[in-house]
Amino acid sequence: MTERMLVVDDESDLESLIRQRFRRKIRDGEYDFVFARNGVEALARILEHREIGIVLTDINMPEMDGLTLLAKLNDLKQPAMRTVIVSAYGDIDNIRTAMNRGAYDFVMKPVDFNDLEKTIEKTIAELELLRNAIREHDRLRAIQCDLETARGIQFGILPKKFPPFPDRSEFDIFAAMEPATQVGGDLYDFFLLDSDHVGLVIGDVSGKGVPAAIFMAVSRTSMRATALKSIPPDECLSYVNDLLCQDSVASMFVTMFYGVLDFKTGEMMYANGGHSLPYVVSRNGDLCVLESTGMVLGLMTGRKYTCNKLNLAPGDTFFCYTDGVTEATNPEELQYSEERLARFLCEHCSLDTTSLVRACFSDVHKFANGAEQSDDITVLAVRWRTPTP
Amino acid sequence: MQMQAKKNNGLTIFIVTGRLNAQTAPAAEDTLAEAIDAGASRIVLNLAGVDLITSAGLRILAATSKKLSRQNGKLVLCELQPAVLHIFEISGLLTIFLVAGTEAEAQSLAMR
Repeated sequence: MTERMLVVDDESDLESLIRQRFRRKIRDGEYDFVFARNGVEALARILEHREIGIVLTDINMPEMDGLTLLAKLNDLKQPAMRTVIVSAYGDIDNIRTAMNRGAYDFVMKPVDFNDLEKTIEKTIAELELLRNAIREHDRLRAIQCDLETARGIQFGILPKKFPPFPDRSEFDIFAAMEPATQVGGDLYDFFLLDSDHVGLVIGDVSGKGVPAAIFMAVSRTSMRATALKSIPPDECLSYVNDLLCQDSVASMFVTMFYGVLDFKTGEMMYANGGHSLPYVVSRNGDLCVLESTGMVLGLMTGRKYTCNKLNLAPGDTFFCYTDGVTEATNPEELQYSEERLARFLCEHCSLDTTSLVRACFSDVHKFANGAEQSDDITVLAVRWRTPTP
Repeated sequence: MQMQAKKNNGLTIFIVTGRLNAQTAPAAEDTLAEAIDAGASRIVLNLAGVDLITSAGLRILAATSKKLSRQNGKLVLCELQPAVLHIFEISGLLTIFLVAGTEAEAQSLAMR
């Protein structure tokens, strides 16, 4: 790369001396010089030639002197620019002032060209380091930006309007997800299938970062599109599993629970693809675990899932979560655990769904006691109120 | 998480200790990939010292198992702690892994 330098001096003979001395490097395209006779011209040149990295400047010049120029250059806040002062031996006070104002080095007049060449080489080496650091910084910024996009995809795709079905008095739904520092891949979803069925989905993609966020988006979309055809939960998981197996890279997989609640009767059909086992909490705090499970989705085609059925009683709460809850770790390296979650649910069975989900998050945070959250935390709760008369 | 390798009758056995989670899984995946690149095709993982596995850990085990079976190799897991076994059961992944009780059983399973 050609290193372009600006030489600022009111003595015109410096230009010919520099061109003569560095003629080889100029010819080979290593160096290129731009000249100006005072500070004002220098600023104009810098605006014309944005890539100038080194400014060699005299101090005593008409119109705008070197010290003023230095202050103006500082105002430009160009991180990859260095100024070298070229001034007379007797001008040491001004040279000191320039150094204190951020000049990188200085060369004495009359110019010793060997010394000038070494100074230029040293300054170029410094600039290279700076430019590398800036490039790295820009790259990291770009990655950071990607991660924020991924987090946006992940978060934006989840339904966040509550209550989601204000006209439906038979049941309440509340759900929330708290992403970890790194982008993970939790998902939840719910949708009305017809005038008496609501579909409930919760899932967790293995892995983190942009790939997990994309896989999560694909999983959620495939699941919703398939479920809306009103096929039974087990067949729905089988179908989505086959779809995801076609796209899965690096053995990424998603755990997925899919339940269909008939909110007229309280009957719930469900199938579980390797997801943490959900609970049903009764009004008086009795707890029932939905034991059935099958293989996670996205790893092996042709898997069959089991369809199970349960009947909710009025006031029962269906509660599902991702392992970010039970595997939340405190500073003593203990996990929140299923036992603690079960106890929490028994003790808080009288709360409405919104308060229950929020209290659950608070309890997990209280337990974690400031330890870093390594996984997304997601909770979905549905309370079935009454059979339709 | 630590992985200590030993060889026996053409098998590569890793004694794994600690936690297999999102933080440690990439290192475990690299170690396994290096072993496979160096020619290991029958691998036994002794998980007696693993007290926690998350979906990130399951993913790299599933990936390694797939990779080995494509090369006519085998991955056998053994000595799973109850909590770890529980995670395997819930994920439904027990059906795709070869799992043995003891390391000796795992070795004979891997050699078959």
